[in-house]
Amino acid sequence: MTARELVLATIRRSLGVTGAEATRQLEVATRLAGHPQGVVPQRGQLPPAARLDLFAGMVKAAAGTVERMADPADIPAAVAAFLRAHNLAPAIRHGADPLLASMPWERAGTLEIRHGAADGSDLAAVSHAFAAVAETGTLVLTSGADNPTTLNFLPDVHIVVVSAPDVASDFETVMARLRSRFGAGAMPRTVNMITGPSRSADIEQTLILGAHGPRKLHVIVVGEP
Amino acid sequence: MTDVAAHAATSPRFKDNAKAALADADLQNALKFVEVNFIARRREVADKLPEFEALRDSARDIKDHTLAHLDLYLEAYEKRVVAHGGHVHYAVTGEDAQRIILDICRKLGARTVTKGKSMVAEEIGLNDFLAANGVTPIETDLGEYIIQLRHEMPSHIIAPAVHLTKAQIESDFRRVHTHLPANRNLVEPVSLLAEARGVLREKFLAADVGITGANFLVAETGASVIVTNEGNGDLTQTLPRAHVVLASIEKLVPTLEDLSQLLRVLARSATGQEMSVYTTLSAGPRRPGDPDGPSEYHVVLLDNGRSSMLAGPFRDMLRCIRCGACMNHCPIYHAVGGHAYGWVYPGPMGAVLTPSLIGIDKAGHLPNASTFCGRCEEVCPVRIPLPRMMRTWREREFEQHLSPATVRAGLAFWGFFARRPRLYGIATAMAAWLLARAGRARGRFSWLPFASGWTRHRDFPAPQGGTFQAQWNRERGRLARTLSAPASEAGLGRRTRRDARAPGPP
Repeated sequence: MTARELVLATIRRSLGVTGAEATRQLEVATRLAGHPQGVVPQRGQLPPAARLDLFAGMVKAAAGTVERMADPADIPAAVAAFLRAHNLAPAIRHGADPLLASMPWERAGTLEIRHGAADGSDLAAVSHAFAAVAETGTLVLTSGADNPTTLNFLPDVHIVVVSAPDVASDFETVMARLRSRFGAGAMPRTVNMITGPSRSADIEQTLILGAHGPRKLHVIVVGEP
Repeated sequence: MTDVAAHAATSPRFKDNAKAALADADLQNALKFVEVNFIARRREVADKLPEFEALRDSARDIKDHTLAHLDLYLEAYEKRVVAHGGHVHYAVTGEDAQRIILDICRKLGARTVTKGKSMVAEEIGLNDFLAANGVTPIETDLGEYIIQLRHEMPSHIIAPAVHLTKAQIESDFRRVHTHLPANRNLVEPVSLLAEARGVLREKFLAADVGITGANFLVAETGASVIVTNEGNGDLTQTLPRAHVVLASIEKLVPTLEDLSQLLRVLARSATGQEMSVYTTLSAGPRRPGDPDGPSEYHVVLLDNGRSSMLAGPFRDMLRCIRCGACMNHCPIYHAVGGHAYGWVYPGPMGAVLTPSLIGIDKAGHLPNASTFCGRCEEVCPVRIPLPRMMRTWREREFEQHLSPATVRAGLAFWGFFARRPRLYGIATAMAAWLLARAGRARGRFSWLPFASGWTRHRDFPAPQGGTFQAQWNRERGRLARTLSAPASEAGLGRRTRRDARAPGPP
């Protein structure tokens, strides 16, 4: 008997089942296919403008910073201004994301731009979020060439662009969008949900920002809800 | 139950451990933070979410449903992992899991592995095993890194170094990081963190294999989920050539919607955050076109006795999502910390789980180390009836004749009277009368025969008068008379006045 068979057999003996019961199989298949929602908090169930306000408030509560702009063409200047304001070198790295690739980066002055995955030497990265959750101020990023996962963790500063209509009320809405974008049961290699900059409270429970990931998280919400 | 796991346990010496812990000034200083911070933070964030209690019910129901169909969800999960190009390995025991992970490391020629925080890795003693076989494990969670430097076990399931003061951590860093200037300033926690960040950054980039645990496994998508604040788990699983997920079988949840429910109670119960900083879902290795991520993805599913726990009175324990709220609210944990429990899992959840995993013969003291105040159950996000299960362990310990002779004799003595209610009433009335007379002057005793275990540490209050039973009978009789008499305002008023004068129970 393989380890797999042994574990499954012990589970079934403990539960008093054989595994072949049609009702149990149906119940599991139904839940996996129907993915019923549980309790969804009222907090995020707001009209678009108020939802964006909630999102911004929650990001700030998690020690992130937020900036809003109507025109995506203003993003490069905003990125450059953020780096300048924090005395950081004018250099960023981003992936092949179509929105980021189409930015008029030349408007940002002397901004050095590198592309692809982080190599550990970058100080600032720019990513485009798949979605965001107003309920908790959480960004949702998906892995791939467009937005390499390493950009979320290795640089000191992470600047994340999110389109206003992509800011959802709750996690369930984002899960449904993941499903419709990638297919039922499928997903990109990694989905990163990020709420504020990296931190640790392992020393005398004193909260310190910038443990292993970014010390700063800056969110740019672009467009109208 | 594995020998590897059990050999390190000092749970049989809980009483000595607890005495030492109470006398340890550094530990007592460090423990102050637990009670102050964790409890207030959880309360505050729970109060902000009106649906929190309903979410706890929902979380409990999801875990119950999953456990009742665990065989089928495991099969569904495995299919999805394989579809993503990942490998699933089943491990019956801790040794099996150790061997599987070592094989993966050897096939890749791995010399160093980075590790995200994993209680299951602690449970199977993975670090010692890898080190003994030529693979160097490097803990990357700040707390885990600190205790690895000290060759200690975690003292808390989410805050492994909660038993240490910053001065102790500073001296460990000076001892180990000898390549750094000796005159550097490490007084503030922020400089300690910066130093660890610098040291570990190089390790992340050099590691061959990254090992993480999993807070959840999602059957619907074949994803493993880690929840962290530092980002170390993500660097651990993204940068090396292979990502190994070590998870116990009860981590399954059916769908992404179910995951959403559990995430809402996990961070709030654990650290009092709305969400932890990083919640990461991973499924399989690097996809075609991916510029980063591991080339291999393995999941090691550990049983180690859990499939047997599904039968019997401890099944509810498998709902546990390892938030640590039970120990954060436990007066015993506040007093002695996590190491006294003598194995991997401390606090109330450890008092129930440890006997299941290493045996009640070794861990019998743990379910006895409880005041039964019930706060653990009150705050448990998945509503595990921890006090009830501790009581069940006590009963088992007694049935198996594992409890000490003095306890058994005492219980037999009490049992003799308890089975004879009239005699019990007379004996307790006499004892209460005697103690009340003897203690009248001071109102308390600093010494009593057969009660030195109590009086050595605190005074025993002298009884105020009659026994509880006597008071109860008196009150019940009066209540019956009042209820049977025509209800008159005068009668009710008289009763209230008299009650106000009556001495309350001590």
